[in-house]
Amino acid sequence: MSINWSEFNPITSLLGGGILGIGTIILILFRGRIAGISGIVGALMQFKNTPKDHHLWRILFLLGLVSSSLIYSLFLPFPSVNITTDFTSLILAGVLVGFGTRMGSGCTSGHGICGLGRLSPRSLVATLGFMGAGFITCYIFLHLIN
Amino acid sequence: MMKNILTFIAGLAFGIGLIISGMTNPAKVIGFLDIFGNWDPSLMFVMLGAIPISFIGFKFIEKKASTIFNEPLHLPGKTHINTELIVGSLLFGSGWALAGLCPGPALVALGSGSSKAMIFVVAMLAGMYVHDHLYKNIFKSN
Repeated sequence: MSINWSEFNPITSLLGGGILGIGTIILILFRGRIAGISGIVGALMQFKNTPKDHHLWRILFLLGLVSSSLIYSLFLPFPSVNITTDFTSLILAGVLVGFGTRMGSGCTSGHGICGLGRLSPRSLVATLGFMGAGFITCYIFLHLIN
Repeated sequence: MMKNILTFIAGLAFGIGLIISGMTNPAKVIGFLDIFGNWDPSLMFVMLGAIPISFIGFKFIEKKASTIFNEPLHLPGKTHINTELIVGSLLFGSGWALAGLCPGPALVALGSGSSKAMIFVVAMLAGMYVHDHLYKNIFKSN
C-alpha cells in the first residue's frame, strides 16, 4: 500500500461532503424523509397501494439530483466521468448495486451518511459490509487477476 | 409549494455536493477503494464532511419528533441486523467497486450525459426491480 498524493484533494471532498450533508438535512427537516438514494429510486417503482405523497416527493428530489450536473455546468466545468469498466462488467455492476442496495435496505447515502449520522448500529454493519466488499473486490480485480 | 421546492433543492444540493466531492468520477472512487494499491484517501473526507452535519440535523429533528412544518417523520429502525442486510451490503459493495458507481453519483453522471452511466443506471433499475418484484415475491411470499 502507498498513498497517491498527486490525486489527494481532501478540501474539495470535505466541502462536497458538507454540501451533500446540507441536502440531507433539508430533506429530513422539511419533508421528514431520509436521503437514501437507492430507497427513493426503488420505492418509485412501486405502484400498488401507495399513499398519496408516495411518488411526488421522490420525483422532486430525484429531479434535483439528476439536474444538478446541468446546473453545476452552467457555472463551472463539469468534472470528468471516467468509467473504465467494460460493457459486460458495467451491466453486472449495475445489477449488483441495484439488487444489493434493495436487499440491504440502503446504499452509501442512506446507510453511510444518514444512518451513521443517526448513530445506527444497523447502518454501521451495512457500511462496514459494503466498504469491506469494495476493498476486497478492488484487490481481486486490480491486483489478483491482473 | 414551499415544501416541494425545498425537496427539489435538497436533491440539487445533494447532487452538487457529490460533484464537488469527487464521488461522480468512478476512477476516483476506484482509487479510493484500492487500499492495497496506490491509495487515494480523498473520499474518506466526504464522509467526514457530511456525517457531522447529518448528525446535528438528525439530533435536532429526532428530538422535535416532527418536521419544521409539524408533519410526521419517516425514520427507519436502527437496530435490526439480519442476513439480508449483510448479504445485500456485500453484493452492493462488490458492484460499487466494479464500476466505481453507487446510486446517487450514477444518477448525477446520467444527468451529465454519460452513456456508460446510462447503461449502469438501466442495469441498476433492473436489479432493484428483480429484488422488489420477483425475488421478494418468491422468497418472502408469506
